[in-house]
Amino acid sequence: MTTLVQTRPRLSPFTAEATFINRSFLHSVRDVEALLMAVVLPVMLMLMFTFIFGNAIDPSGGYVDYVVPGIILLCAGFGASSTAISVSRDMTTGIIDRFRTMPLRSGAVLTGHVVASLARNLFATGVVIAVALLVGFRPVASPLEWLGVFAIVGLYILAITYLFAAIGLAASTPDAASGYGFILLFLPYISSAFVPVETMPGWLQWIAENQPITPVIETIRGLLMHTPIGDSAWLAVVWCLGIIAVSVVWGAWLFRRKAGRR
Amino acid sequence: MTLAIDARGLRKRFGRTDVLAGLDLAVPAGTVFALLGPNGAGKTTTINILTTLVQADAGTAHVAGFDVAAEPEEVKRRISLTGQSAAVDEVLTGTENLVMMGRLSGLGRTEARTRAAELLERFGLTDAATRRVGTYSGGMRRRLDLALSLILALPVVFLDEPTTGLDTRSRQELWSVIRSLADAGTTVFLTTQYLEEADRLADRIAVLDNGRIAAEGTADELKARIGGDVVELRDAGGELLVELPTDGTVHGLRAAIDELDRRAASGAPGVSVTIRRPSLDDVFLAITAGGSPATPSADGLARPELIESK
Ligand SMILES: Nc1ncnc2c1ncn2[C@@H]1O[C@H](COP(=O)(O)OP(=O)(O)OP(=O)(O)O)[C@@H](O)[C@H]1O
Ligand SMILES: [Mg+2]
Repeated sequence: MTTLVQTRPRLSPFTAEATFINRSFLHSVRDVEALLMAVVLPVMLMLMFTFIFGNAIDPSGGYVDYVVPGIILLCAGFGASSTAISVSRDMTTGIIDRFRTMPLRSGAVLTGHVVASLARNLFATGVVIAVALLVGFRPVASPLEWLGVFAIVGLYILAITYLFAAIGLAASTPDAASGYGFILLFLPYISSAFVPVETMPGWLQWIAENQPITPVIETIRGLLMHTPIGDSAWLAVVWCLGIIAVSVVWGAWLFRRKAGRR
Repeated sequence: MTLAIDARGLRKRFGRTDVLAGLDLAVPAGTVFALLGPNGAGKTTTINILTTLVQADAGTAHVAGFDVAAEPEEVKRRISLTGQSAAVDEVLTGTENLVMMGRLSGLGRTEARTRAAELLERFGLTDAATRRVGTYSGGMRRRLDLALSLILALPVVFLDEPTTGLDTRSRQELWSVIRSLADAGTTVFLTTQYLEEADRLADRIAVLDNGRIAAEGTADELKARIGGDVVELRDAGGELLVELPTDGTVHGLRAAIDELDRRAASGAPGVSVTIRRPSLDDVFLAITAGGSPATPSADGLARPELIESK
């Protein structure tokens, strides 16, 4: 070997991000079971809500129109918690130490996980909507409003995925990381996702009205079914952007600070 | 002589234990340096500080000319690390792992592929190139892990127990890789539990004990420190019965022989005595057992006594 020593060249912009996105995509498509779960579980939940609880809640049969936005957010929750597990696994296997001893922007690994999760989730959302249409979902949205639906869903997915990527960094083990995911599967129930907020006891109403999921749900529902949106749209955007900002800063800090734990 | 690694007074405390208590290191560029020490001595901690993963509580360290605390990005551009546990992506194949690292090291797509193929060949992984790393054996993983650190010929390479879990052939392969790295100008900083490895490979060796460098030098210098020859008593089957280090004087040798007699161990049938040069193992055990190796006691026997089998 006659090569002389060299320093690492500076990477062209986004090379690291593109590489990590590619990596996370490979992870997504190779974990067939997780991918299947991410699609099948929300669909099953929707069918259960529509055909089992639906008639009890709304005997006229229109419950599917009410519940689709909630199912979409639940679906995003599954995706986000799987991101927390992937990130946490990176932290505990030691591969993160290899990345941390390279001159890479601290957020690049997380970006890979988040972008792959966004793609996975938007796909799952599409499947949920398609199945919903088959079982009687009748949205009245215009093409522009559909675009709005995907924009707000995408923003929400981005927000909670980034948050859970950071939680994955903070969690001590992948198992712990998956535990935190339950919060996301639980929060939609204390919102207007499945039943109107007015039907809850007073103190729950207060939580339901002041947590981020309710405005997101109301915005999606308003766009799809032309129910009143009111303040919900900008509240939803502010919540999501706020969560993203906090998570990005927190995540970058955790990434720099935490040595790989093994 | 330029120093590739220059650490002064490094301290690191975890909870109530001082893992590093004023560590000094000076590693000349282009050499192979081995850091030895018992389990928990702080070898990995030292590597973590030198590779910017962990901040020292006190002291300074320069790697490839840059301060690890003040200019970590410049340090990172000049080092690579193969940590103690394998840092490979189990979901990806061997090739994909190497191509990913190549891209992250600034290689173009085709360049990264070519380099990946070269390294797979060199580490005997060509047949497993398209298999997921999750299906690799421990030794294969380790070899891939090492290959991932060698994509570029960087100024300083850190290897934390690189040959643990490797079979003899792979170990010797790696030794030759490490030698050729150093010949090409790379500084190799490694830790190891195999003293033979340090003996064969390293230009200089340091023994870490109680948070400080207890001894440092070439293998020969370290062996000279322990004093003179070692007297061994073996039974008919070649099994080691007693091993006594001496201070190298005639008086010391006689004292050792007398000691054997006193234990009445030398009279048994078939028992034979040999005198040999001290090995690095002797040095290591003597230093890390807490005694000071080069000070023989009055009877001419170096303390502590090294091995005695029943
Ligand atoms: N993050 C940490 N928190 C608390 N204690 C730690 C931490 N990292 C290391 N230690 C302690 O510091 C000491 C030195 O650990 P280190 O891993 O550096 O040893 P080592 O010389 O590499 O050992 P080995 O030969 O077993 O790899 C050990 O007692 C270990 O328990
Ligand atoms: Mg160690």
